[in-house]
Amino acid sequence: MRLGRQMLLLVCGAGWIQPVVADWALNLQAPKSDIAARIHDIHTLILLVCLGIFVVVFGVMFYALFKHRKSAGHQAHHFHEHATVEVIWTVIPLLILVGMAWPATRAVLDQKDTANPDLTIKVTGYQWKWEYDYLQDGVKFMSASSTPADQIANQAAKGAHYLLEVDEPMVVPVGKKVRVLLTSHDVIHAWWVPALGVKQDAIPGFIRDTWFRANEPGTYRGQCAELCGRGHAFMPIVVEVKSEADYQAWLADKRAGNQARAVAAVAAVAKTFSPAELKTRGERIFAANCAACHQADGKGLPGVFPALAGSKIANGPAAAHIDRVLRGKEGTAMSAFQEQLDDADLAAVITYERIAWGNTGSPVQPADVKARRK
Amino acid sequence: MEANLAQPLPQAHHAAPGGVWRWLASTNHKDIGTLYFWFAATMFLIGGLMAMLIRAELFQPGLQLVQPEAFNQLTTLHGLIMIFGVIMPAFTAFANWQVPLMIGAPDMAFPRMNNWSFWLLPVAGVFLVGSTLLPGGAVAGGWTMYPPLFLQGGISYDLTIFAIHIMGASSIMGSINIATTILNMRAPGMTLMKMPLFVWTWLITAFLLIAVMPVLAGAVTMLLADRNFGTHFFDAAGGGDPVLFQHVFWFFGHPEVYILILPAFGIISSVIPTFSRKPLFGYASMVYATASIAILSFLVWGHHMFTVGMPAAAQLYFMYATLLIAVPTGVKVFNWVATMWRGSLTFETAMLFAVAFVCLFTIGGFSGLVLAMVPVDIQLQDTYYVVAHFHYVLVTGALFSIYAGLYYWLPKWTGHMVNETWGRWHFWLSAISVNVLFFPMHFLGLAGMPRRIPDYALQFADFNRVASIGGFVFGASQILLLIVILKCIRGGEKAEARAWEGAEGLEWTVPSPAPYHTFAQPPEVK
Repeated sequence: MRLGRQMLLLVCGAGWIQPVVADWALNLQAPKSDIAARIHDIHTLILLVCLGIFVVVFGVMFYALFKHRKSAGHQAHHFHEHATVEVIWTVIPLLILVGMAWPATRAVLDQKDTANPDLTIKVTGYQWKWEYDYLQDGVKFMSASSTPADQIANQAAKGAHYLLEVDEPMVVPVGKKVRVLLTSHDVIHAWWVPALGVKQDAIPGFIRDTWFRANEPGTYRGQCAELCGRGHAFMPIVVEVKSEADYQAWLADKRAGNQARAVAAVAAVAKTFSPAELKTRGERIFAANCAACHQADGKGLPGVFPALAGSKIANGPAAAHIDRVLRGKEGTAMSAFQEQLDDADLAAVITYERIAWGNTGSPVQPADVKARRK
Repeated sequence: MEANLAQPLPQAHHAAPGGVWRWLASTNHKDIGTLYFWFAATMFLIGGLMAMLIRAELFQPGLQLVQPEAFNQLTTLHGLIMIFGVIMPAFTAFANWQVPLMIGAPDMAFPRMNNWSFWLLPVAGVFLVGSTLLPGGAVAGGWTMYPPLFLQGGISYDLTIFAIHIMGASSIMGSINIATTILNMRAPGMTLMKMPLFVWTWLITAFLLIAVMPVLAGAVTMLLADRNFGTHFFDAAGGGDPVLFQHVFWFFGHPEVYILILPAFGIISSVIPTFSRKPLFGYASMVYATASIAILSFLVWGHHMFTVGMPAAAQLYFMYATLLIAVPTGVKVFNWVATMWRGSLTFETAMLFAVAFVCLFTIGGFSGLVLAMVPVDIQLQDTYYVVAHFHYVLVTGALFSIYAGLYYWLPKWTGHMVNETWGRWHFWLSAISVNVLFFPMHFLGLAGMPRRIPDYALQFADFNRVASIGGFVFGASQILLLIVILKCIRGGEKAEARAWEGAEGLEWTVPSPAPYHTFAQPPEVK
């Protein structure tokens, strides 16, 4: 392996390549679950069998290329059929294939066995973030990329986990069978954590399941694996595997936080905010949820994502604007945000859209949003 | 009456008509073949420039040249153009030029339909490439067009669906023409089992096309209806299913893979015996292997969808059925090696590309075996490993076979031998850089890099740079091919009727360049 890396470095002329992270990884990520370990082993087995066949077949071919040349004075022998040989090289590959498929067959059956989980988490894909819903433990949150935009635009140095970091990771206990229910809110996504050997498409309108059992605590990173539009490269998955005690502590923390937020949300509905307060809060929410399409300058992308600066809805009656954000627009990437944000956040972001970029819409209060919910 | 028949038919004396009408109104299989070829070359340039942009953006992490939306348009168009605009028309170019020459027919069975099936293509090409100018830009949902993402786009998505319909109509007409020509217009004495293998592979490909192009047309029509007419084929909220599209698409898509490779098998089976100075080993088993691959191709579509969440039984069925395809494919590789064995080999550029094809296509076949294993595919689905796999099959497979065929038959088409020095430079630069380009993608996929992303995590930076460098060299090397072809058209050593010492077959019995009309009198095949 080391030799391979050194040779590669040599081949690539070293000097001009400044390795950002010296990581010439040649194989699957180190497996951290039994399934991932078996996938690793099956891959190694097939790779070796293929290498063996390659060496034998092309050994024969290259022998012919060197020894049976016209320039070496070789005369052609005009044989062109041999039934026994044909049968042999049909039957032997067949046997090799069945031999390789056997361990894979057993792994498939285990991979599909989602029965008797210790913990079930419903994961919903959104353009472009994930929602984690701990069905038994009553915790539910959104998880979006936390890589700053200036790093992506090359205006700041890139962090170690560039594009593989989120604001709220999924947290699971070590050694427990975690069943993951996958669905999607808009288009097809795929939830993938390579080190845990788990990947499953998230299909809107349907629920599919998969499972994993992490063998050791740690932080495991993956990405959405199904093209889902503009932000496809920017919806990472981070799974933090903790000991049972740490997991319980995290749960308690999360519940307390949720409760505090719920209380604050109820209080906020009764409160009236100043446009400046709403604008400051709204700008942050806009950057996290809306700017990927409508752009930070509110100009959108002509023909794909409509501009909000000067738009009819943002400058028109507030009710229509609230409805659009609450319920989205069918057949487009405009998502329904009623489940994703609370009244105060929605009021803030809608107000921001109505008064930023020279728009002249009226501000919106949390109570207005609550009134438009059905 | 008999005396009349003994006279050469009058059109045998016709020279090529001049001017633009020669090309616009042509019913001549050679002219139409040439048109197909230059169309493919033009689209190759456009699709290739897109690939260069993709590799330039991926040269380092961060967004530099194109924004994600534009990047998705580039990958989508690159895929559609290379498949429907380059590989398929290039193989049809070979079919047009070579099938009548190889079976001793004066022309295609339906010369006017031949004209029509070609001239539809530039229209589709203009729609596809021109859609970049529409508001919102071109399609960005991937060449596989999965809904619901594909339902979100603008007007260019509808135009792309229209372009696919036109290309489908062109392919179906072309295939009916080729199949009819092969079945009805062979010279007396040329039984099916005496046909050159290239003709066999195209006969089988033609039937694949006729079978699956309507399926693709149906799938994209359902998309069109969902987008514009309020149907819900692929929308769960209306009782539909997004995965239904994937089933229909891949029922087309997997046979399509063999549409893109069976003619390549045919070309290679012509080139290797010539430069080995030895008949093709196992001709009959090659025919049966091609037919088995074609039949099996209808039964394995699910292996493109192992992560959609199908039952274990379905996954296992598709895994075993897919592995089965390795058997006839292996037979082909063994037969090519056996053809070279104890031959009298020379290495003209055509042969160099053919040998590289056998070797590198097999690498693509092996990575296909790895991907067929369901548990491993769960890790590698939608990663760069898949990108490496299908580029080994389509670039070092299909494209290299097209190069081999060009170097092999250009003397017959132009009357001049190919400049071997330039050809060799083209071969070695291409063969080395293509591996620098695509081999590291295996490692990227294994390490966890998803495909179709404009920006990536830092641990993927090193191999992406290597791949990009390989890509730039590979792209630049293809300029050499253009020079080789232009030089060959304008002059060079005069080619004899039998341009290559070991060449066998009817096409080598007519002068080089092949006259405008050939085989007005059918040849006698013993």
